[in-house]
Amino acid sequence: MENKDTQRAPVSQKPHSVDKPADTTTIGGTISIEINNEKHTVPLGTTILDACKMTGIHVPTLCHHDDLCIAGVCRVCMVEVEGMRTLQASCAFPITSPIKIHTSTPMVRKARRHVIDLMLSEHHGECYSCVRNNNCELQSLANEYGVDKYTFGHVEKSRFEIDNSSFSVIRDMDKCVLCKRCVRTCIDLQEVGVLESVDRGDKTHISTFMEKDLADVICINCGQCINRCPTGALHANDPSDDIWNAIDDPKKHVVIQTAPSPRAAIGEEFGLEAGHSMTQELNTALRRIGFNAVFDTNFTADLTIIEEGTELIIRLFKALVEKDETVALPQFTSCSPGWVKYLEHYYPEYVDNLSSAKSPQQMFGALIKTFYAEKAGIDPKDMISVAVMPCSAKKFECNRPEMADSGYQDVDYGLTTRELAKMIKEAGINLPEMPKTHFDNPFGDASGAGLIFGATGGVMEAAIRTIVEFVLGKKAEDVFEKANVIPVRGFEGVKYYEIPLGDQFGPVPALIQHLVPNWDWLAGATLKVAVAHGTANAKKIMEDIKAGGKFSECHFIEFMACPGGCLGGGGQPIPTNEEIRKKRAQAIYAEDESLELRKSHDNPHVVKLYEEYLTEGPCGHLSHKLLHTHYTKRGKYIA
Amino acid sequence: MDENKIARDGAVIFSEYTRGEVIKKVVELNRDDILFELKESKLKGRGGAGFPTSTKWMLTAAAKADNKYVICNADEGEPGTFKDRVLLLEYPELVFDGMVIGGYTVGAKYGIVYLRGEYEYMLKSLQDYLEAMRNENLLGKNICGKEGFDFDIEIRLGSGAYVCGEETALIESLEGARGEARNRPPYPVNTGFMGRPTSVNNVETFASVVHIVTKGGQWFKQHGTDKSTGSKLFSVSGDCANPGVYELPWGTTINELLDKVGAVNTKAVQVGGASGVCLSKDQFERQLAYEDAGTGGSIMIFNESRDMVHVLKNFMEFFVEESCGQCTPCRIGNVKLLEGVEMIEKGEYTFRYINQLKELGATMQVASKCGLGQSSPNSFISILENFKEEIFNNGNGGTNGK
Repeated sequence: MENKDTQRAPVSQKPHSVDKPADTTTIGGTISIEINNEKHTVPLGTTILDACKMTGIHVPTLCHHDDLCIAGVCRVCMVEVEGMRTLQASCAFPITSPIKIHTSTPMVRKARRHVIDLMLSEHHGECYSCVRNNNCELQSLANEYGVDKYTFGHVEKSRFEIDNSSFSVIRDMDKCVLCKRCVRTCIDLQEVGVLESVDRGDKTHISTFMEKDLADVICINCGQCINRCPTGALHANDPSDDIWNAIDDPKKHVVIQTAPSPRAAIGEEFGLEAGHSMTQELNTALRRIGFNAVFDTNFTADLTIIEEGTELIIRLFKALVEKDETVALPQFTSCSPGWVKYLEHYYPEYVDNLSSAKSPQQMFGALIKTFYAEKAGIDPKDMISVAVMPCSAKKFECNRPEMADSGYQDVDYGLTTRELAKMIKEAGINLPEMPKTHFDNPFGDASGAGLIFGATGGVMEAAIRTIVEFVLGKKAEDVFEKANVIPVRGFEGVKYYEIPLGDQFGPVPALIQHLVPNWDWLAGATLKVAVAHGTANAKKIMEDIKAGGKFSECHFIEFMACPGGCLGGGGQPIPTNEEIRKKRAQAIYAEDESLELRKSHDNPHVVKLYEEYLTEGPCGHLSHKLLHTHYTKRGKYIA
Repeated sequence: MDENKIARDGAVIFSEYTRGEVIKKVVELNRDDILFELKESKLKGRGGAGFPTSTKWMLTAAAKADNKYVICNADEGEPGTFKDRVLLLEYPELVFDGMVIGGYTVGAKYGIVYLRGEYEYMLKSLQDYLEAMRNENLLGKNICGKEGFDFDIEIRLGSGAYVCGEETALIESLEGARGEARNRPPYPVNTGFMGRPTSVNNVETFASVVHIVTKGGQWFKQHGTDKSTGSKLFSVSGDCANPGVYELPWGTTINELLDKVGAVNTKAVQVGGASGVCLSKDQFERQLAYEDAGTGGSIMIFNESRDMVHVLKNFMEFFVEESCGQCTPCRIGNVKLLEGVEMIEKGEYTFRYINQLKELGATMQVASKCGLGQSSPNSFISILENFKEEIFNNGNGGTNGK
């Protein structure tokens, strides 16, 4: 029997949808329906849920998520369709005939209430002590449907042990309502496939391969499952208590670095619409909480551009001029710890392609406990270094044993945007009302190039701005309007871009002049780059490279584990969906454009660091010690 | 009754037939002629749901695709059903020839038999049978000399999950995924196995088709009632002298059946297996028919010595375990119904709560994702209704509805 689809992921819940017409203006492209006795016209194939949304009718949902394929398992969104014996899950019902829908009949309301009652009967744990209190979809549903008692009882005893083996993701299956969003996230959205339904009937639960702990399976810690969990069944490993203790300890010097994406999203936790940047308000809030110094991770993003760009030039020279076949190309970015672990598990044969440059978080960690400690005259053993990240995988990254080049664990705690918002609230601070202040020296405010690391394509854009100026000797603004490299922006899953360098190039600045004996080989060359966000898209590129396709010809590829890049990270405010990701991206790009300093190599603090501390220049000896790292070929089998 | 406990006096299914006969006839016919006969016969699906077979095949035939499939649902997992086993073991020509007709009619090149895991013992003989058919050119390329009519059959084993008898869960299982029902629409006739149009039919449906195409739709519908044409195989078990497989015309009353199988002192008859309804004495004049007491074939007989709470508990335990676990009403609802039965057993219940559970059962019937959860409350609701007196006056110290 033929089976051509062997390549697909082991999908438990595939989308079984009907073909939608590309053009709804053609005859038969739309269909007339009735919702609650009102006539409406919708495009053919629209789901009942979407049709209701279009017409302003609220239908409750739980297992449905805009980012994910349809499941139709929770049954909360049921509606009545005339002529059908059973109620229909509106999220899963594509409209292909002129049906009459009723969204609030006694039968519908009773059935929804029953479903909610049933879920509550098996939901163990109380709201006050839950990380998702006040932001829980089950709680909201219970409230919406006026649940005032446990009609069908309530499980009093815990049935599952909490799995807190992972540095990043904690699983509390007592709170799971089996909506399978995490399963669909892991299998379908990210194509990692760590979580799946196990057993059947009343014993059904979500688990891992052989029911192992999350730390012992090939979880990449991206935390996308957390972002889509409707309850508190999945949450990040929260270090805020430890951080409070460090802040309260007068002997400790507690510093914090803030990544670009949290500031573009944290306002959402304080009731703001998505898309309000809170950069400088956040600086003030962090100082009021009690952090001794507040640094901008964009500084080390700028530094990453210099180090990673330098590494790329060296690799290209060795491969293209010296014909050294041991050099791995294309070079892959290494900023995203979820991506790095994904590659280590799924494509271990490609670890040499990863840039040896550490992620901005870890570069900063190493510099804070060396360069800054020296400068500020503080013993690094008395320092606690915290990083606010949009990311759950950063928690794992800072605990990698090799991330201790300062002689101590370089970054002590990775804190998510959500966790920081909670700390700020706990300190009685209303973030949007904070006065604006700058970042602390000696690292100061960084460039817009570092800032756009938060969006997919941002690392590439920042790199291109610098490469263009270094190699072509032109202003980036002369090559790209307002220095905006539009082709690498946007949420297309995989982006490919070629930059012809032309014959006119140089002069190459002194900072990198010494790296290679000559630069003539770049004349007439075309730089080929690609960008992928979400590991499912990364997989597409990796498979193409394995097959020797066009991406294997690339020189430099940016990979981000999370959809949309860091701004859609697993540590960002819940909910996160496409619309919200777009708004966060707009906030980041708008802030970048508002800045004077928009290129990494123009960052005066970076220049100064090379002058004063990393005196051998990029990829020099000290750089290698502090700012570069190595990777582990993990593979898929873990003993 | 013969030694295999089969009453072979049936007029339709068990009527005379030789392997290949119908295939030779079919290759001379148009697809429309076959669909016409099927429509004329008013044959409804024999798995229990009773969907008109001609409509299912017509829709599959009309769907446009590079490949189509015909699947024989031989998962026979409904408690108390064992008539498909008899057909497969003793009348494989009816099943396989029926599938060939299906392939010809809908335009499929492949047929798959999804065989209940517990029937593994018959796998070898069925495969040998298919090989013999291939040797006679009843399967393979250009069947019976008909240019371009290629069709072959493969047998796949299930792994023991009851839900995989539900057609979309069966397809998921065939594709190597967890046995969980899909959302519908789209239906398998459009988006089935490997995303292609697929007709999934019960073993007995294929057997009926063979006789319809051989002898005509008119002949077929002389048997049975107006709305339930033809005859049906019943798997009769429980408290009777002669349990076994019987072919009876639709419209036979429960009483007639009980007489035939030698059942005395009968208190209850469960029609349609665990997912069916339980009838009490006063309903024994009801007819076995889609329009009255419908069934996929399972008839379980309980005499006066049986405890109906115990019977119900057994059914509910089955569903608690066999729910696939994906949708809320079925996964948790069945647990709640079972808890209710246990409360009744212990005599610790209130009528208020039992009534709430009946309402929950009604919700499950309309809110569950697939037929499993939609039918699992049937026995709960029917037993508590039809055996009210016995259950709530059980004299075991119950609070009897305080």
